Amino acid sequence: MAYLTIENFNKSFGNTKVLKGINLSMEKGEVVSIIGSSGSGKTTLLRCINFLETPDNGVMMLDGSTLFNSEQNYKDSEKILREKRLNFGLVFQSFNLFPQYNVFNNISLAPTLLLKDKLKELKKQLKAQKLSAKEIKTRINEFKENEKKIIEQDTFELLEKIGLSDKKDAFPCELSGGQCQRVAIARALALKPKILCFDEPTSALDPELTGEVLKVIRSLKDEDRTMIIVTHEMGFAKHVSDKIVFMADGIIEEEGEPKTILENPKSEKLKAFLHGVSEKDGE
Amino acid sequence: MDFIAISQGLMDGFVTTLLLFLLTLVFSLPLGLLVAFCTMSKFAPLRILFKLIVWVLRGTPLMLQIFVIFYVPGLLTDGQFVWPTMNTGWVWFDKTVSTRFLAALVAFSINYAAYFSEIFRGGIESINKGQTEAGMVLGMTKSQIFFKVVLLQVVKRILPPMSNETITLVKDTSLANTIGVIDLMYKASEQLLNGYIWVIFYAGLFYLLFTGLLSLLFGYIEKKLSYFKA
Repeated sequence: MAYLTIENFNKSFGNTKVLKGINLSMEKGEVVSIIGSSGSGKTTLLRCINFLETPDNGVMMLDGSTLFNSEQNYKDSEKILREKRLNFGLVFQSFNLFPQYNVFNNISLAPTLLLKDKLKELKKQLKAQKLSAKEIKTRINEFKENEKKIIEQDTFELLEKIGLSDKKDAFPCELSGGQCQRVAIARALALKPKILCFDEPTSALDPELTGEVLKVIRSLKDEDRTMIIVTHEMGFAKHVSDKIVFMADGIIEEEGEPKTILENPKSEKLKAFLHGVSEKDGE
Repeated sequence: MDFIAISQGLMDGFVTTLLLFLLTLVFSLPLGLLVAFCTMSKFAPLRILFKLIVWVLRGTPLMLQIFVIFYVPGLLTDGQFVWPTMNTGWVWFDKTVSTRFLAALVAFSINYAAYFSEIFRGGIESINKGQTEAGMVLGMTKSQIFFKVVLLQVVKRILPPMSNETITLVKDTSLANTIGVIDLMYKASEQLLNGYIWVIFYAGLFYLLFTGLLSLLFGYIEKKLSYFKA
């Protein structure tokens, strides 16, 4: 069975059907790129995968467990939903960095907040063991100090990975778009998601800044990270992907190996789309 | 009467004004935030109810509201309801809090909560939805997203209108003397009727200095928050 399986995802906004039965599967360590013109449902699919939207219909399985099943009648509690979201990371088109935090804190904020949850759980466990208040306190402090060090170390490593160690104290407004997007990637990685998703990560960037972001994503591919990338960068998709999925009008029109998809398209829609893209590039 | 005695009288009234101002902020700021959340609620009856309340509070004169709160409970109950007397022991800055003061404080707090709620709502709704979504995909709880991500950005954005509203409050406190709260304005008009015309300008100077200080304070906070763009 595949690592991630999506079956029959449907989603409507009002009377507009945006997803009309999406089936998608991918293996661990694979990179899947999703291409297609705007309005084809790529972003909605990504948002459904990240639990930012709830599909009207469908099933999603990750690593053997069911994350979403529209047949089940209960609604997930906020806590469960949060835990499910943590399986995925999402890098937004418009970065969405937190403006009031510097680069270091943008990356370490979420892990630090999660640590608070962990400390609460630990406290409960220790209390259940009927330890003395003093003992509980020292144990918790020990754990906390240790975890904090790990978060700090992880953050420094991530900063190095994205090549922004010297910008750790800078605020987002002091960075270029490309630097912002690299920080956003590090921020998503800080929670160690099983699958990292990108929603047109270079679309909001000046052309000369896309390279540095793509380079970071390529380095993640070299680490065998599982990624889903919605992109308009055909050349990049061709090099980095194991599979390309072409979406049109809310369905997956065609999918396959990058070379086949980009050089030997079968469906008329894909042909027209690729023709349009190459004409735009030729300008 | 000489200058020093009049100054002391005005100072005395000013302490009441200051107290009314500060206590109104203490109550109306959190209440306003609560009302803001109610007017943004997904639960329609709650939302509509609070929008209606805000409409009434912003759409009628503050003086009318003060009268309603001070006089109407007693009139409706044939004098059975009296605003509790606080003359026993409840002392602030050496000032005994009167029933009139209490009624004025309630009226101001409710009225300003309505105004603040609209400023808060505007500020919260103006924050890019992407910030909330970024918090969500990073596994944050709703309250973490609000307090750790959204709030400071909201504060930065609403500073200018809050500065406006706060300065208006300083001047609005003078309405309390219509129900006999002995504030700065009350003391000044007392002396005016005694024939001291200059006292009214002197009282104006008190207000002017106070609002000037507030402007400086807000300017300082704005500068403190200028390290990021939101």
